[in-house]
Amino acid sequence: MLAFCIRRIAQAVAVMLVVGLIAFALFRFVGDPVVFMLGQDATPEDRARMNAELGLDQPFHLQYARFVGRALQGEFGLSLRQLRPVSTLFRERLPATLELAVAAALFALAVGIPMGVYAALQRRSWLTQAFLVLSLVGVALPTFLIGILLILVFAVQLGWLPSFGRGETVALGAWSTGLLTASGLKALILPAITLGLYQMTLIMRLTRAEMLEVLRTDYIRFARARGLTDRAVYFRHGLYNTLVPVITVAGLQLGSIIAFAIITETVFQWPGMGLLFIQSVMFADVPVMAAYLCLIALVFVVINFVVDLLYHAVDPRLRLELAAAR
Amino acid sequence: MTRLAAFLDSDLAWSFRHSPVTVVAAIVAVVSIVGAIGAPLFAPHDPFDLAKLDLLDAFAPPAWFDQGKAMFLLGTDDQGRDVFSTILYGTRISLAVGVASVVLSMVLGTGLGLLAGYVGGVLDAIIMRVADVQLSFPAILIALLINGLARIAWPDAAHAGIAFWVIVLSIGLSGWVQYARTVRGSTLVEARKEYVQAARVIGRHPLAIMFRHVLPNVTGPVLVIATIHLATAITTEATLSFLGVGMPPTTPSLGTLIRIGNDFLFSGEWWITVFPGVALVTLVLSVNLLGDWLRDALNPRLR
Repeated sequence: MLAFCIRRIAQAVAVMLVVGLIAFALFRFVGDPVVFMLGQDATPEDRARMNAELGLDQPFHLQYARFVGRALQGEFGLSLRQLRPVSTLFRERLPATLELAVAAALFALAVGIPMGVYAALQRRSWLTQAFLVLSLVGVALPTFLIGILLILVFAVQLGWLPSFGRGETVALGAWSTGLLTASGLKALILPAITLGLYQMTLIMRLTRAEMLEVLRTDYIRFARARGLTDRAVYFRHGLYNTLVPVITVAGLQLGSIIAFAIITETVFQWPGMGLLFIQSVMFADVPVMAAYLCLIALVFVVINFVVDLLYHAVDPRLRLELAAAR
Repeated sequence: MTRLAAFLDSDLAWSFRHSPVTVVAAIVAVVSIVGAIGAPLFAPHDPFDLAKLDLLDAFAPPAWFDQGKAMFLLGTDDQGRDVFSTILYGTRISLAVGVASVVLSMVLGTGLGLLAGYVGGVLDAIIMRVADVQLSFPAILIALLINGLARIAWPDAAHAGIAFWVIVLSIGLSGWVQYARTVRGSTLVEARKEYVQAARVIGRHPLAIMFRHVLPNVTGPVLVIATIHLATAITTEATLSFLGVGMPPTTPSLGTLIRIGNDFLFSGEWWITVFPGVALVTLVLSVNLLGDWLRDALNPRLR
């Protein structure tokens, strides 16, 4: 187990170093940072002094090491567009994205699992057919279009919910939350549904497939033979065993949710990190892009690592394979 | 028996005829594609000829509304462009980007997959490690990053004709992994077969063996992936354009049209957004259904 952990950590670190190298190459070779900071008409002496100050006259590997060192402390320099430290920008915007992502994930689970269970238990019902068609359309409908349609119906036509922004936020120390005000909660509804809809259809189909599989097994038949009620058979025995793979996939999808938040945040002008990132792509704001790249890579690497460990803990067959390989 | 008759008699044609959903999807897809390719022929107006645009025509609702004009079936946008015509032209661009990206992914992925599977060793390890890492990130994120890099490299990418190739590059490079993995797997199986060993014994060049002998036998799964990938590529293109880092408004794709229309959602001109959206979803859904059918029809285990 320890060897497995160490190997996976080494892999994760390697991935992060490669991503860091790409980010650093962005920094170093795309555009001249000295020109950015001093302007076009600085004297050669000024440039040479700035070069030395920034350490740009050192060899490449030393510069990279310095970059990694600073990145580990969360320092990525100044945003070229806003002229403020990237770390400050991220700290301001992280709460918005995390609240949105968690709300979307909860929505996907809370709606997707019951729908999937229903679709598995009532296979011939018209509602099940409707769910399945919905999931097909949900796959073909791009995230941004879902957002636009929701805005059109609930914000423009009905006027029930706000169409952009976070509403009022309350500061809890460094964390600004929209969850404690009525307008903040109202503003969260449409973006969370937009972001979670695709994952919801995914979870629904997965729950249905797993549930159908489980209901065919012998222990369910024995549970019935013991005279347990339908309720106990379906929910105590069936659903429990369905949930393991469903939760795993949901966990793996968390990274995708954060990535797809870029789109949802653009549609709803949600002041999170995704919006910051897309603006940095548009304006070629290299430090922000590099920092976002590193951060999102970290999220994915951590999620994959945790899932691998969980699989390892849950599935004894993997451990046997490992022992056999040795 | 002629070739056509042989094809109509094949398993593939039989399964096609017996799946009504697939037939409908195919008709919808063909209509979209023909309409898009022949846009200059079918479009009632030329939306990009500035001389023919009249701002007095702007914001006309669809023809069946009271203020609608019969000559603008689906209404007009803020510049007086006919929405139906822009959709035809937009579908053309969306399809062009989609097909070009799929071809790029396919060529790159199939080539690397063949190399990895046939040569093996360190090359295989490197290619597959890169594939693993790339696969753990969503394709849209990779496409966005490549797009950002390209924008920095060519600062005028937003306006010029480069935009098209920047998008093709970002979508194409983000999608090769699927092809490479599948082709590598099939190549490993094929490489052990006798015909490959025979070719090796008579001294054919490894590249010739890979591309002349192995490649034709691994194309089935590649075709399936390409069809489903086309749907994804069109969606990704639309998303990039909607985010403002895709096709410029002067040569709009469906995604750009939706982005333009989005600005007028609040003043009640919903048709500028909704109709391109419907066109996009119909196209993607039909291509997706065709891909699903092809996958099942070519899978011998499901027969």
